[in-house]
Amino acid sequence: MEIWDKEHECMPREELEQLQLERLQATLRRAYKNVTCYRNKFNQQGIDPDDIQSLGDISRLPFTTKEDLRLNYPYGMFAVPLREVVRIHSSSGTTGKPTVVGYTKNDIKTWSNLVARFMTAAGVTHDDVVQIAFGYGMFTGAFGLHYGAETIGASVIPMGGGNTEKQIMIMQDYRSTVLVCTPSYAMTIADRMEQLGIDSKGLSLKLGLFGGEPWSEAMRSEIESRLGISATDNYGLSEVIGPGVAGECQHKCGMHIFEDVFLPEIIDPETCQVLPPGSVGELVITTLTKEAFPMIRYRTRDITSLDYTQCSCGRTLVRMKKTMGRSDDMLIIKGVNVFPSQIEEVLVAMEGCEPHYQLVVERKGSVDSLEVRIEVTENIFFDEMKMQRAFVDKAQKKIESVIGVGVAVKLVEPKSIPRFEGKASRVIDNRTI
Amino acid sequence: MLKVKNINTYYGKVHALKNVTIHLAQGEIVALIGANGAGKTTILNTLSGVIPARTGSIQFLGEPVETLPPDRIVKIGISQVPEGRQVFKGMTVADNLELGAYLRFRSREPREQIRQDMRHMYELFPRLEERKKQMAGTLSGGEQQMLAIGRALMARPRLLLLDEPSMGLAPLVVQEIFGVIERLRRDEGTTILLVEQNARAALKMADRGYVLETGKVILEGAAAELLENPEVQRAYLGKEKKEIWER
Repeated sequence: MEIWDKEHECMPREELEQLQLERLQATLRRAYKNVTCYRNKFNQQGIDPDDIQSLGDISRLPFTTKEDLRLNYPYGMFAVPLREVVRIHSSSGTTGKPTVVGYTKNDIKTWSNLVARFMTAAGVTHDDVVQIAFGYGMFTGAFGLHYGAETIGASVIPMGGGNTEKQIMIMQDYRSTVLVCTPSYAMTIADRMEQLGIDSKGLSLKLGLFGGEPWSEAMRSEIESRLGISATDNYGLSEVIGPGVAGECQHKCGMHIFEDVFLPEIIDPETCQVLPPGSVGELVITTLTKEAFPMIRYRTRDITSLDYTQCSCGRTLVRMKKTMGRSDDMLIIKGVNVFPSQIEEVLVAMEGCEPHYQLVVERKGSVDSLEVRIEVTENIFFDEMKMQRAFVDKAQKKIESVIGVGVAVKLVEPKSIPRFEGKASRVIDNRTI
Repeated sequence: MLKVKNINTYYGKVHALKNVTIHLAQGEIVALIGANGAGKTTILNTLSGVIPARTGSIQFLGEPVETLPPDRIVKIGISQVPEGRQVFKGMTVADNLELGAYLRFRSREPREQIRQDMRHMYELFPRLEERKKQMAGTLSGGEQQMLAIGRALMARPRLLLLDEPSMGLAPLVVQEIFGVIERLRRDEGTTILLVEQNARAALKMADRGYVLETGKVILEGAAAELLENPEVQRAYLGKEKKEIWER
C-alpha cells in the first residue's frame, strides 16, 4: 500500500513531537506578532508565546471559536497581508457574516499534499480518473480534492454538484474510477442508477471518497455494495484548512490526523478541560504550518475520540473516530452547515412573527429535507389565505437565501409547538444515519 | 541525531536565544537564516559549547550534551567552522589541517588513519594540496575557507556546524565551497547545520530551514517552502517591503 509522505506519516512519535513543538512555537510567535486578535487574547490571559515550552503547555492558551472569526470579518485573522494570499474561501454557514479563510501559495501546496495523503491512503493513484461531485465555489471540499488528485497525478473531472443523471452518464462514458462527494449524494446516485436500471458492475468505479457530513458504518456498507466500491471517510473544516485534516486508510479503522501539520486535542465541551487520550469529547485543532490563516486551539464543535494505538497500515499518526455529533446545535443538511439561530434571525426580522418555530429534519431515502414550522399569531392574517401564502413564500425565500439549502415552510396552529423549560430544543432530527 | 529543546543563551544580560527548539536528522542539511543579530551564530556557539545555554536541553545521538565543554563536544562528533575562517595564519596549510585532528592524536589514534584523512582533504580541496607548505595567511579568502572546513573535518565530525562559509567570497568561489558541502553530505553522510546571510543560496542547498528573528525561531519548514514564504522573501530575499493592508 502506498504512502504519499512516508517521512511525515510514519514518523516515530518522539520525532513527531519534537517537530510539533518546533512548529507550534514558531506558529505562536507569528500569530502573536501578526494577528491582533491572538495578541489581544494572549495578553488578556497574561500569556506570552515564549511560555509554551512543551506540547502540554498548549492547554494554557485561549481557545479560538467561530465567533472570533465573525468578529474579525473578513480579513482580521489573516497573518499575512492580503497581497500574499492567493485564495479565499468561506465557510458554508452563510449568515450575515460568514467566516473567511485565506491561503498563501505555500498553504495551497500544503493543502494539496495533505489531500494527496488521504487520497493515496484510500487507494487513489495517478492512473485513476477522479470525478468530483462536490459543489465548487466558496466551499473548500471540491477544490481540496481537486488539487489533491492533481497532485497525485490522477485525471480530474471537475463535475461539480448535482445533475445526477449527467453524473451517471459521465461515470459511464469517461470511465471514472473514483467518486468524490458527500455520502448522501453517493446514495442518491445509487438510487438514480437503480431507477434507470444501470448496474454498477458496468461502471469502472473502484473507490469512493466521501466527506462533508457524518455517516455511519451501515451507510458505508450500503454504498459499498450498491456502487461496488471501497468507500473511505475523510475529515476537514474550512476554518482549519478544508478537507485534509484527517482521512481513513484502507483499513477503515479511524481517520489518521496529519499531526505534523495539525495538533489535535480532545476537550470536555462544558468545562473546556483537556481530556486524557481515548476520551470522547470535542476536537480542538491547532495548525502548525499554516501561513495565511493560523488557527490556535480552534474549537471544531465536532465530537469524537482519538486512538493513539498503531494502525497496521504503518502510519504512526493518531486516528480520530467518525464524528459522533456536535457540541453546538449545528445541523448538516445536504453537506451544508445550518445553524438554527440563522433561521431564528430571519423569523425575528420578518414582521409580525414572534419566533415560535420548530425545525424538522427528515431523510427520505438518502435525501435530507428541512421543514420549518412556524406558529401563526394574530399578526399573520390566518383568516386570509392569500396573505398567508405570501408570508410562507417570503419566509421560505429568505431562509433559503440565508442558509443556502432548500426548505419547506409550514404554518401551524398557535400553541401547537411544545414549550420547553430553559433550553428549548427547537430541532427534531428524524434522520437515522 | 540532534535535538534541541527550549535553549536560552545569554551574553551577560543580553538574552540572545529565547526558547530555541530545533532538530537535525542524520544526513540532513539544515539552514539557519535571519537578519544580523537574530541569533544564528549564537545557536552554533551554544551547540559547540563555546557559549553554553543557561537553560534548555541539547541531545546528540540520544545523549544529553548541554553541559559538556567544547573539547568534549568535538570528541563526540560536533565540529564548528567559525565565521571568518579563523585559520592559524602563521602556520602552514598542512599544520592547520593536522591541528584539526589534535584530539585524535591525543587519544592515540593510529597515525596512518590521520594521514589518510589528510590525503582525503587534499582530494576534496586540490588547491590545499598545491599550497600545503604555504602559510595559511597567504591563502585567498576562498582557500582559507576551504582550509577551515578541512580543519574541522579532520576531527571526523558527524555533525558539521558551518558559520557563513560564503562570507566575502566571489560568487564562483562560493559555488565551489557549496559544491564541497553537498559532496560531503552525499558521499559521507555528514549532517550539516549551515548559517548563512545568503539565504537564497543556503535554502537552495538545504533540505530544511529555520528562520530566526531576535533570538526566536519564527518559522520551520522545507527549504523549498521557505523560499516561497512571503515573510522570508520580504525579509531575507530582498523582495518587496511589507505593506499595511486595508481592513
